[in-house]
Amino acid sequence: MSNIWAIFKRELRGYFATPVAYVFLVVFLCVAGALNHFVGNFFDREQADLQSFFVFHPWLYLFLVPAIAMRLWAEERKTGTIELLFTLPVSLTQAVVGKFLAAWAFAGVALALTFPIWLAVNKLGDPDNGAIFAGYLGSFLMAGGYLAIGACFSAWTKNQVIAFVVSAAVCLIFTLSGTQFVLSFMSGWAPQALADTIGSLSFLTHFNAISKGVIELRDLVFFGSVIVLFLIANTIVLDLEKAE
Amino acid sequence: MIQADALTKYFGPIKAVDGVSFSVAKGEVLGFLGPNGAGKSTTMKTLCGFLTPTAGSASICGHDIVDAPIEAKKHLGYLPEGAPAYADMTPRSYLRFIAGIRSLGGNERRERLERTIEMSNIASVLDQPIETLSKGFKRRVGLAQALLHDPDVLVLDEPTDGLDPNQKYEVRKLIGEMSPEKAIIISTHLLEEVTAICSRVIIIADGRVVADGTPDEMEARSRHHNAVTLRIEKKVAAAAAKELEALDNIASVTARGASELIVYPKDGKSIITTVSDLARAKNWPVEEVYAERGHLDEVFREITKTAA
Repeated sequence: MSNIWAIFKRELRGYFATPVAYVFLVVFLCVAGALNHFVGNFFDREQADLQSFFVFHPWLYLFLVPAIAMRLWAEERKTGTIELLFTLPVSLTQAVVGKFLAAWAFAGVALALTFPIWLAVNKLGDPDNGAIFAGYLGSFLMAGGYLAIGACFSAWTKNQVIAFVVSAAVCLIFTLSGTQFVLSFMSGWAPQALADTIGSLSFLTHFNAISKGVIELRDLVFFGSVIVLFLIANTIVLDLEKAE
Repeated sequence: MIQADALTKYFGPIKAVDGVSFSVAKGEVLGFLGPNGAGKSTTMKTLCGFLTPTAGSASICGHDIVDAPIEAKKHLGYLPEGAPAYADMTPRSYLRFIAGIRSLGGNERRERLERTIEMSNIASVLDQPIETLSKGFKRRVGLAQALLHDPDVLVLDEPTDGLDPNQKYEVRKLIGEMSPEKAIIISTHLLEEVTAICSRVIIIADGRVVADGTPDEMEARSRHHNAVTLRIEKKVAAAAAKELEALDNIASVTARGASELIVYPKDGKSIITTVSDLARAKNWPVEEVYAERGHLDEVFREITKTAA
């Protein structure tokens, strides 16, 4: 536990030691705000909720979260510190979990800094703050899912660009699988069960369910399992090719 | 305290380490010598649990590196090749991170940090990002990292690489001071380092141990071991060479330049008294006479060449 904490602290501080964190936060907040305002028509809708804000999160995360995750392991490989890390008395699992939690906490910070929009909607109207909380929870969980995918692919390579592109592509698959486009494409030839399975793997479906204010166990379990599965995969990848 | 049994490591079809066995006891400083690519670093990485051995086993303080890696690593301080460190951290925050992982707390943590910073002589750069430090300081930060928890076993991959002669001297002195309490392995391609600090030498070539002994024993394998160099006036040099060659325990005499003779002994025996007695008896105008310990680099070349 203390090892996870030590790695977590180091990793989180690592984000803020370089301009990466600040660039990321600014871009995230600007783009999230702009999408909400211009595309989501936050003000014109005259609805006291944050639907127009949350609806873009899956698409926003698609590019921004792999950017947080790409350095997690690729950089350790590139600089050789991975050799240092794994000759310290640290287990693979502790390192994987500590790093993931640090990245997740950073994503949490980014998300929390969108609070002005929550203040605005409370100022302008009388929103259902429970639903907004659910939206934030769903968004945070979804970020965790994308991050776990990104961390896993970051462990695969020492090249951060490759890590970014591959994990963005995999995240895209996990997002798109719930869209009408894919589902109707599937329905032409695939059995219903398969289409349902593919559809149920979508971040979009589960996130939309939560962000509407309905926190259901299965959606929580879904994101939880995605995170755990990809972290296990992350551990296996590291174990197999630590020295590559 | 360090034990390697038939340690073997393949990378795909390539055999990087091939049945390397050795043990290092407390108080010993083992020098790993070998040409580049001979498997020194791979052996160290496997020994320290970064790479999983394809066959064979290694243990540190009795803890098998594969079966009980965490316990083994607790007793180990390791400086990887090139001294990698988190470049965006300062030495201070870096060492604090290591202290956290090493479960040092309270007073012990403060004392160890102070002591290590002093030993590795990095107090002046504690708050500069590691990426901005010179090669010598980076190396010493890496060394501080390895020493922080006062480990029983130290494995240092090229600890003096990139240091200037003063820093090299400091690091060797440090290793010498610590050696009675620890089992230490260093790898190096500097032969003078071996004679300076190692109590034992292993030469590795093509992944195999090709020689194992004390630096003195290694030097004794040299053709130059106990050879005597005699500087003498030019006009008697040729005559002296003839007379020396006629002696029983002298194998051969070669001339270096006009006035220098190198006298090689038979079977590496000490011949300096024989040579100087003869010189005195014959009243040769001798300017200088000295015996050699042997050339380690020559032994090194010989051994690694025949193995390759």
